[in-house]
Formats: sequence, C-alpha cells, structure tokens
Amino acid sequence: MQIYVCVKHVPDSAANIHIVDNLKIDESVPFLLNPYDEHAVTEAAALKNQVPGSEIIAVCLGKKDAESTVRSALAMGADRGVLVETEKTCDSMATARALHAAIVRDGPADLILTGKESIDNEGMQTQFRIGALFDFPVVTNAVSLAIKNGKATVTCELAGGRTRTFDLTLPCVIGAGRGLNTPIYPTFPDVVKSRKKPIETITLSELNVPAAPGSTKIVAMTPLVQKRHPQKITGSPLAQAAEIIRILRQEAKVLS
Amino acid sequence: MKQAGIIIEAEHGQVKETSLGVITLAAKTADFLTALVMDGITHEITEQLAEYGIHTIVDLSLPEAPAIRLNPAVRATAVVQAARELNLDRVLGLSSPEGKDLLPRVAALLDAPLVMDCVDVDLNTGLAKTSQYSGKVMAQIQLTGETLVFGVRPNAVPPEPRPVPAKTVVMTENKAVPENITLLSWDNGDSEGRPSLVEADIIIAGGRGLKNKDNFSLIIDCAEKLNAAPGASRVAVDEGWVPYALQVGQTGEKVSPQVYIACGISGSIQHFAGMKTAKMIIAVNKDENAAIMANCDYQVSGDLFDILPEIMKQL
Ligand SMILES: Cc1cc2nc3c(=O)[nH]c(=O)nc-3n(C[C@H](O)[C@H](O)[C@H](O)COP(=O)(O)OP(=O)(O)OC[C@H]3O[C@@H](n4cnc5c(N)ncnc54)[C@H](O)[C@@H]3O)c2cc1C
Repeated sequence: MQIYVCVKHVPDSAANIHIVDNLKIDESVPFLLNPYDEHAVTEAAALKNQVPGSEIIAVCLGKKDAESTVRSALAMGADRGVLVETEKTCDSMATARALHAAIVRDGPADLILTGKESIDNEGMQTQFRIGALFDFPVVTNAVSLAIKNGKATVTCELAGGRTRTFDLTLPCVIGAGRGLNTPIYPTFPDVVKSRKKPIETITLSELNVPAAPGSTKIVAMTPLVQKRHPQKITGSPLAQAAEIIRILRQEAKVLS
Repeated sequence: MKQAGIIIEAEHGQVKETSLGVITLAAKTADFLTALVMDGITHEITEQLAEYGIHTIVDLSLPEAPAIRLNPAVRATAVVQAARELNLDRVLGLSSPEGKDLLPRVAALLDAPLVMDCVDVDLNTGLAKTSQYSGKVMAQIQLTGETLVFGVRPNAVPPEPRPVPAKTVVMTENKAVPENITLLSWDNGDSEGRPSLVEADIIIAGGRGLKNKDNFSLIIDCAEKLNAAPGASRVAVDEGWVPYALQVGQTGEKVSPQVYIACGISGSIQHFAGMKTAKMIIAVNKDENAAIMANCDYQVSGDLFDILPEIMKQL
C-alpha cells in the first residue's frame, strides 16, 4: 500500500502567542508536528506492519523550516518525505490543492491520512477538500481503522460517545482523531535513522497548482483574553455550596 | 448577497436552541433566510422556525432508512443540491459534532471557502470571527468566493424571536448513496437524556483533583442534579476515568456554556483553549495559586470532596 500522510508544522500548543501588526503571529516560537497528525503517522506505521511492503510518505506544505516536522514524521515511521515549500500562508483551499498536486505527482495513493484538524488554524476541512479533489471518500475524527479486501472499515466519533462506523472503498482519505491510537514517541535510534531518510523539496510555484475559486484570509488578529475579575466565595463548604447555587439561580439564571 | 441557507439541527421534534442561535446570527446581516431541514419537519419545528425569522423552510426529505439518512455524504449532497437549486450563496450551520462532519463536506463539494467555529459573521461582507491557536487568538477572516460557508460555535449567539410568515418547500431530488462510503452502524452512546457537552448551559468538569475513576462519579452525579453536562480535563481522560468524549480543551471539545464549573482542574493553557469563552467560570480548587483561580469569575477555594456533596444536598 502506498500511504500518504499529510503533516503540518504548527506552533507548540504551550507556546505564548504574540501578535505582530494586528495581523500575524510572531513565529519565533517552537514549531512541532501537529498533534493530530501524530496519530495519523502512528496509524500509518501500524498499517505498514500489517501490510508488509507498504510505503509511507509524509507530505507537508510549509516554509523551509517545516522540514523538521517532516523529519519528525520520518522518525515516527514514515519512509520518506515530500516538502512543498512556500513562504506564503495558504488557506485550506490552497493547501488542499497543493497537497493534492504533490501526491498526484508522487504516485498513486491507496490511502491518505491527515489529522482531524490543525491546532493553529483549527479549520477542520483540509481532509475533505483533498478527498473532493481526488473524488475519494472521506471520514474524519477516526478512532479505529482496519484495512481488508480493498476496503477501510473506520469508526468515527461524533462526540458525546456517539460513533459511526463506515466502509470506505480504497483509495480514501481519513482524518485521524485522538482516540485512534497512542502516538509513537521515537527512540534515539529512530531519530538517527530518520536523518538518512530522503526528503524531496519542491517549491509550490514548481507544482503549478491552479488557483482556487475562493479563499479565506486573516485580516485582523487580537489576543483572546477574557478580562475576568475573580471574586472569592468564602466560608464553610456549606456556605460555599449555597453561594454557588445562588449564583447559578440568580446571576447566571441557569437553574430554576 | 442573494440568500442565506441555514442547516437546522433538531432533536425530539424540536429545533435545538443552538440552531435558533444561528438563525438569530444570520438575521443580523441577511434579509431572507432559508432553513434546510434534514430529519423531517414537525408542526412544532415549522412554528419555531417562523417564530425565529425563517422565510422558507426546505424539507430536504432524506430517506427514512438510517443507513442512508445518517450517511454524511448523502446529507452533504442534499445540502449542496438545495444550495445550488435555491441559489443560496451563504450556507451556515453549527460547528456541532454533526456540523464538523457536514459543513466541511458541503464546502469541499461546493469548492467554497469555509470558516468553522465562528462566534460572529457578517453575511454581507463575508467577514467571520473565530478563535485560532488553541483559543489564544481571535481572528477576523475575510471569505471571498461565490458561495461562502460558515460553521457557528454552539451558544455563540442567544436566540431572539423575530416572527415572520414562513412557507415550506419539499425537495425530492435523488438521494442515492454513493458507492464508495457505506454507513455500517451507528451508536448513540449512553448520553441520551443528558445535555450534550457542546450545547449545555452548565458544564461541571473534573480533573486530576478527582483522584480516581470512582470519585469521578461525583461529577457525573452533580451534573445530573444540575441538568448539566459532565466534562473532564485531559488527565481524567488519559487516566481512563472517563471517555475521551468528555474532554474539554485544545485536543478535546471547545465549549461556550453559560457557566463552566471546573473542579480539581488547574487551568492549563490547553484546558483553557476549550472553555475560555464560557460566559461564567466557577473554579473549585484547593490551591489558591492554581492558574484557573486567576482566570475565573468565582474562586471557590476548598476541597471539592467537601463542596460538591454539599451542593447536591442543597439542590
Ligand atoms: C498537545 C497537548 C494537548 C493537550 N490538550 C488538552 C486538552 O484538550 N484538555 C486538557 O484539559 N488538557 C490538555 N492537555 C494537558 C494539559 O497540559 C494539562 O496537563 C491538563 O489540563 C491538566 O489537567 P488537570 O487540570 O486535571 O490536572 P492538574 O494540572 O494536575 O491539576 C489538578 C488540580 O486539582 C486541584 N486539586 C487536587 N485535589 C483537589 C481537591 N480535593 N479539591 C479541589 N482541588 C483539588 C489541584 O490544586 C490542581 O490545581 C494537553 C497537553 C498537550 C501537551
């Protein structure tokens, strides 16, 4: 099986985000492989164990330094990487077109894995757009996956413990959710080995991707800080509980 | 702008409050509102939609058989067909669990821009407001294209009545199931009867402070008493005390309830990412210096094992 895993280079979730010119973030913070994509790479590695001879290709659209994220995917089990390099900020429509073009150029895909969303833009849609461009079926927030007889049987979580199980014909696109697996944390030898694995770099302009008919563009950014002024609820547990109930009833009006 | 179409979510024969909120939001900037209803129209649904400002109610008349009706590919195709036929150039829905699966499919099929989890939209100018970077940033996003799609965060806008006369149209196009995606089975979990995490007015969430799985039942019981949804920090999920479905945060659900009661949760940046837009935060914590105590509306410093049973007793 030829398994493509789309990975994104995103700011560490613990990083303090500073906004520059009310428009973009200061990028001098640590960047990492998007956490949901870790589940996608881990699943690809598990599938490769089941279907020997499979190849896992990590595909990334990003700036030059996104190479370190591709390298992380290689350390977690991908065989090689493709970095589509651009200095531009691409929205999900443009990103899906670039990833689609990079995969088409590279070879036929049996399976495309992505994370269910990226933790920077939180767009939740690139997987669906890639699927539409290929005309492959798509599911998202996958929490279990089995491949058998040319079909993927996938269980997806809707939240609240609700699930849906699908059969998808291959090739298909699957957005990995957190319940899918426990990400592989690469060992030192894995990291050393990954340094020898090839990463092909292509520029976005080289790919000649046709423009999308629409776009999304950030026009302003503000820090999301809620000015809260904490008030203390003191006294015995009895008094504290009574005050909480009073607040729920009289202030928040959520209890009758 | 020509027309806005709103994908309606209904439950037990009634439009969800959160969906009525989407109508109210759309009505701020659109004159003509079309409701797209997938799971059957009741008299009550028609009345509610007219009461909140819908002019045309479209019954997408999906087949009864759940394997077809619940197939997201079938649902997305039905919405796209209606959007094309009725010339809807703005499509809105909820960033609810279903919406997260449906709206991106609709946008991908229409090849139209989409912003998910909006807290505000202007349908005329195509501007949307949404949080990014794990809830640390509020971004204003300009959408351009012929058709624009918006996912609205549940509870972002309180519904306001705006009665108009509404007419109903039934769409009966072919709702064939695509061959490449088959819905085999579905499980509605055990949360029936409980408000869902993303839609609840009150969430009572527990973290490491609960110490073990047995103790976590304190949160579940308290939720039941308050008609609240139980939530959890990642620690509680990773320790196996509760299923992942209850996790609030950057890698869990993003919620905006009226009140969020955090019990034994320190308020890490990743937890805040999921609940910072709660209208009111009440923190119950032993440690006065926990991050959440500086970033809440009410600090209840004390032992949750004393305070929660007392709340239950007094209700
Ligand atoms: C990539 C990534 C993604 C993440 N995503 C999420 C996410 O989505 N959601 C999430 O929650 N976390 C997430 N985390 C984890 C996060 O960083 C914290 O580890 C986690 O939120 C801490 O959970 P907690 O507050 O329950 O535990 P702790 O930080 O250990 O806090 C426990 C609190 O309980 C209090 N306490 C203890 N006993 C009592 C008692 N008897 N009465 C009252 N108070 C008591 C303590 O004072 C303390 O403040 C993520 C981390 C990473 C790296």
